[in-house]
Amino acid sequence: MSANHDGANLLEVRGLTKIFGTLTACDHIDLNIAKGEIHALLGENGAGKSTLVKMLFGSLEPNSGEIFWNGQAARITSPGVAKKLGIGMVFQHFSLFEALTAAENIALSLDDGSPISSIAAKARALSYSYGLPLDPDSLVGDLSVGERQRIEIIRCLLQTPQLIILDEPTSVLTPQEADKLFETLERLRSEGKSILYISHRLEEVKRICDRATVLRHGKVVGHCNPREETAASLARMMVGNEVQAVVRAPVEGIETAQPLLEVRGLTRKPATPFSIPLKNISLNVRAGEVIGIAGVAGNGQGEFFESVSGEVLQQDAASVRIRGKDAGGLTITGRRLLGAAFVPEERLGHGAAPRMKLSENLLLSRHATDGKAFVGTGGMVKSGAIYAASQRIIEAMDVRKSAPDPEAAALSGGNLQKFIVGRELDRRPSVMVVNQPTWGVDAGAAAHIRQALIELSRSGSAVLVISQDLDELFEISDAIAVMHNGELSKPMPIAEATFEKVGLLMGGAEPGHAEHTLETA
Amino acid sequence: MDITVNILLTIATAATPLLIAAIGELVVERSGVLNLGVEGMMIMGAVGGFGAGYLTGSPWIGLLAAIAMGALFSLLFAVMTLSLATNQVATGLSLTLLGLGLSGMIGTSFVGQPGVRLPNLDIPGLSAIPVVGKLLFGQDPVFYISIVLTAAVMWFLFKTRTGLTLRSIGDSHTSAHALGIKVIRYRYLSVIFGGACAGLAGGHLSLVYTPQWVENMTAGRGWIALALVVFASWRPWRVLAGAYIFGAVWIGQLHAQAFGIPVPSQMLSSLPYLATVVVLVLISRNKRLTMMNTPASLGQPFVPDR
Repeated sequence: MSANHDGANLLEVRGLTKIFGTLTACDHIDLNIAKGEIHALLGENGAGKSTLVKMLFGSLEPNSGEIFWNGQAARITSPGVAKKLGIGMVFQHFSLFEALTAAENIALSLDDGSPISSIAAKARALSYSYGLPLDPDSLVGDLSVGERQRIEIIRCLLQTPQLIILDEPTSVLTPQEADKLFETLERLRSEGKSILYISHRLEEVKRICDRATVLRHGKVVGHCNPREETAASLARMMVGNEVQAVVRAPVEGIETAQPLLEVRGLTRKPATPFSIPLKNISLNVRAGEVIGIAGVAGNGQGEFFESVSGEVLQQDAASVRIRGKDAGGLTITGRRLLGAAFVPEERLGHGAAPRMKLSENLLLSRHATDGKAFVGTGGMVKSGAIYAASQRIIEAMDVRKSAPDPEAAALSGGNLQKFIVGRELDRRPSVMVVNQPTWGVDAGAAAHIRQALIELSRSGSAVLVISQDLDELFEISDAIAVMHNGELSKPMPIAEATFEKVGLLMGGAEPGHAEHTLETA
Repeated sequence: MDITVNILLTIATAATPLLIAAIGELVVERSGVLNLGVEGMMIMGAVGGFGAGYLTGSPWIGLLAAIAMGALFSLLFAVMTLSLATNQVATGLSLTLLGLGLSGMIGTSFVGQPGVRLPNLDIPGLSAIPVVGKLLFGQDPVFYISIVLTAAVMWFLFKTRTGLTLRSIGDSHTSAHALGIKVIRYRYLSVIFGGACAGLAGGHLSLVYTPQWVENMTAGRGWIALALVVFASWRPWRVLAGAYIFGAVWIGQLHAQAFGIPVPSQMLSSLPYLATVVVLVLISRNKRLTMMNTPASLGQPFVPDR
């Protein structure tokens, strides 16, 4: 096969295939990346995007297929080989070392053996020249996610790569930080570098990318020029059919409704040196409304969720009130018995026990609240009842699975999330708190979960959703509050909220708001 | 005066094997591997060292054999946990059990035999200085090795690129792998280094401390070394401090028992453990520093997905 026809392609991929067990994650993928272009790789979660780029970066080995670099056949057997060729990568899940400084992190990816002090100076200079200011001596564990991403980008740029792979870079950035990133990418393109840009955010792909390759279920379903497409047409290519739009009817007279979840002056010291303290958080969620909490990851959302759900108890019992009762001193079970339900961020190991069946996972979260229904005399588990209830949830949430009652770990992320959310919805809780309801969930399942949350609120429950996905929050919330550095802004009614306003709050730009300071414990 | 110097000398002799074994384990744990087999590697070093010294008559060959024995034995652990990704805790425990049993079997014919002792190495000139000279420059060779080793490990971990890489692997092996760092190779070398150190510590016992072979002669020192590493929050100079505190209180309580002070001997015997724990807990009060120095991926098997 002759690889390079016109000499303009930096990278050519022919028939690249990767098989994990019975799953073909990438199935004969073809991809060309020209010099000096920003090429988008589009697809839903699980479409094979990450698998493909891991093969290009040498961290996975393809089962078959060929890669040509500058027209030459190349075998990329390790990330080291990829770096030598001139491929750099900015990872989706950061590959940084929390206990080391920014400069040390950067030094680790450079092989030239230059002393760390000179790397620090180089990194500082480069970061300022690209408008991504960076303090090389700061400890990564202390930095915000946006700052961490800067380190990743600077680290990648210092290797002077020809091709830069960015895996969902904006999912952790505020809209303003994302703008900054786009400027950097355009500058890199003008310097003749090529960029492979992975995202499922269609608007930004339309904005900065020259060409796009769309993946679905591990196969290439099309190449296109994103500027000539609409967001809807791109979504159709990604999903394969129309995604049901989420419907949210406006609520009336909410001001007089009873607050079912009240948080009053919630304050929490950092549990570990790398966690965020909560500072005097107050919030009411009334019957019938959905309140969204936006914020860049790592600004205290996890700590807030733990405090509200009862994974961590409060000293002041009145700082969390559920249905008018002080709940700050109650455990998760105590709070559930008051009518609350919680869905944590991590599905495996937190929301569900991976090696247990779905029905058993149902019992784990509901043995106290539905004790009579699921547990008989002498503490015997009524397996018939939990099986029937889990089947009811599976049906209601359209959970797709391979066996009647599989282990939680056997489900795909989206299907497990549908089950976990459904398990709590099935109780008709009067207070529902969800952290990242659709993280890593495909568009169809996400729409299903969002609609279910809205319907729960409209039936008279209070729903609190913590999410990093602004699109999602604008879709389902009646008001949006923003968490930044452990503080929560006042909820902004959805009619007044804009991406820009929320984005500014996410970056901490509230008048009188304290600058992000490093805690020295 | 002479009595004080002699007591101080015995303290150094008691602390040296703990220090060497703990420094070795510190490097292993900094790379993210938890090897609970220190006791086993140490006793294998002790029996290997005694055997080679006894058979050849040369304590130096004995010392080299002790190092080789410890390293070889740790290789078994490395193959199991790194190449086959077995559970590190279980493998380390079985390494200790295997070492204790195997050394007893190898050593049956050595029991009661006179051993060879590694001669003291007086540094010419310096050892003549009163008190200090004898203490610092008139010791056995392994003492010097232990001090140089501690300084070298400190320099290696915190001043060299290779040391930085090693620490990064201990912090997150997945991140290190993503950067193209050869995680398994680093860990193999670390484990073997740790094994060699444990072997050397064992050799010190059977060639310097008590130049003979007694079954189970390590008497739990490997476990103390392991505990020292954790209580010292993975920092070399604290390991040194911990080893010497332990040695000092150990010798101190022996003398106290000999003087017959009216405290139950069990109480006195537990003192070194208590004192070491208290002191090291006190110096590790700073949670943030401890967090920074704790290898986050400690004990997790690493299987790169390919």
